[in-house]
Amino acid sequence: MNATPEMTAAGAASASAPTGAIVMNCQIDRVFYGDFLAVRASTVPIEKNKITGFIGPSGCGKSTVLRSLNRMNDLIPIFRFEGKVTYHGQDIYDRKVDPVVVRRYIGMVFQQPNPFAMSIYDNVAFGLRLNGFKGNLDERVEKALKGAACWNEVKDKLKNSGLSLSGGQQQRLCIARAIATEPDVLLMDEPCSALDPIATRRVEELMLELKEKYTIALVTHNMQQATRVADTTAFFGVDISQGSRTGYLVEMGPTRQIFEDPQQKLTGEYVRGEFS
Amino acid sequence: MSEPNLTATAALIALGASEAPRSLPNLNRAPFEIRALKSGFLTALTWIAALLASVPLFSVIYRLAIEGGSRLDWEALTALPPSAFEQGGGFGNAIVGTLVMVGLATLMSVPIGIFAAIYLAILDPDSRLAHSVRFLSKALTGFPSILAGVFVYAVLVVTMKTYSALAGGVALAVLMLPTVVLAAEQAMMMVPKKMKDAAFGMGCTRAQVIWKVVLPTGAPGILTGVMLAIAGAAGNSAPLLFTALFSGYYLTSLTEPTASLAILIFNFSGMPYDNQIELAWAASLVLVMVVLVFNILARIIGRQKH
Repeated sequence: MNATPEMTAAGAASASAPTGAIVMNCQIDRVFYGDFLAVRASTVPIEKNKITGFIGPSGCGKSTVLRSLNRMNDLIPIFRFEGKVTYHGQDIYDRKVDPVVVRRYIGMVFQQPNPFAMSIYDNVAFGLRLNGFKGNLDERVEKALKGAACWNEVKDKLKNSGLSLSGGQQQRLCIARAIATEPDVLLMDEPCSALDPIATRRVEELMLELKEKYTIALVTHNMQQATRVADTTAFFGVDISQGSRTGYLVEMGPTRQIFEDPQQKLTGEYVRGEFS
Repeated sequence: MSEPNLTATAALIALGASEAPRSLPNLNRAPFEIRALKSGFLTALTWIAALLASVPLFSVIYRLAIEGGSRLDWEALTALPPSAFEQGGGFGNAIVGTLVMVGLATLMSVPIGIFAAIYLAILDPDSRLAHSVRFLSKALTGFPSILAGVFVYAVLVVTMKTYSALAGGVALAVLMLPTVVLAAEQAMMMVPKKMKDAAFGMGCTRAQVIWKVVLPTGAPGILTGVMLAIAGAAGNSAPLLFTALFSGYYLTSLTEPTASLAILIFNFSGMPYDNQIELAWAASLVLVMVVLVFNILARIIGRQKH
């Protein structure tokens, strides 16, 4: 495997050659918030049935990159994306593409558990109803809750409000809601940062089960989490040389390699905890 | 010297200082100390103020229950108002008139109010239009209700050449609108952003986010505002004076003068006949109960939080 990153004049790194099928390929030229250059040239391929972890210090743009993958950033009026995100060969930033439809294929789990103020059942059925699902709703809700490892805890109280659950349960409910529509890709933006260690562990175990069926991109602040669950890890850094803070991909490769044999000096310093 | 040593030294010094015997503080209550007396006096003052504030309220309800209750029967609730020297009678047409006009006002003000609130809270909260609508709504909540009557008189009664339930309903709607707009805006603003993000993340269009998440989540707050607006409108007489006027009969169309409880009370309480005055009391009791019911509904709906 050719793991040596190719440094371009702009300082962009490319990932080591991926081994599996690529579901999404994120080729960023520049990402702006207003005049602020948030992320510069970075290429992040997302492989099928793998967990791709995004790590890096605060402000390195890892969440921005993740949210570019299903056009969630479009909700921020001053956001501007230059580049391409191909999803099964189609550029999701193409003028013809409807971001609303993109988000139905590329689901998202957020940092804060965010169930709707409705029953557990309705939370999970939400996306199915949204898509005009005509089949057996009960069956799909049960399947999704089982898939998110919370069926046993909630099966007797499906009519209760989703907000009545504990934080960890709420997050697994949100995962159930996201997988109920069987999206292709699941984007997870620090899904465990609001959870206690036990709930975190359950969600991590869940991620490992989910990757059998889905492709996952995971932003995490927790390097141990990346080593536990990610197959591939992308390390982002912050460039402050131009006077502002611009994020960029420093190195991407198999998680083991990133943590044990990083090709970039910066990556090594970060994974050894020399800065954060 | 390293830091832990410094701390230890400081602790030693502190210990040395505390070795000198110190009298134990007296922790017993001293009810006649100035401080305690002041506190007691102020507490008593707030009690008295609270009692004073409730005296008018309770005396009104008491008089209403005594005076109005004695006359409140099936006849009073259903019969038509009596003429000058007639005995008996009631205010059935006024109850119907009030319900119809408040209903019309609700039908007009709630959809407009909620749509306006969607614009203010979600679609374009920082636009110039939103700022002016918000400011005007706040100003209009303190709008003298008689002016709403005069305004609708000029716009509708004069052009239609008749007093009508429709004009009465519009006048009440003008009064209800700002309350509904502000309450609905507030309720929608309270819907957490993370819930809207979740909906967008599921692939909702903006309209779907509003209909399926923001409105249902904000519904208790919106309904509370609507109920309070209805309670306010039901008890209002000034806007109806110029718009619906009064009628001695049950209404048969929305374009004729229409009776209302508030105007009946206004008319009958000034008459020199015992029968009419008793009916005014009974009508007042009914009106207060209508207002109370909507207020209680507002509180019950508002309490239903997840």
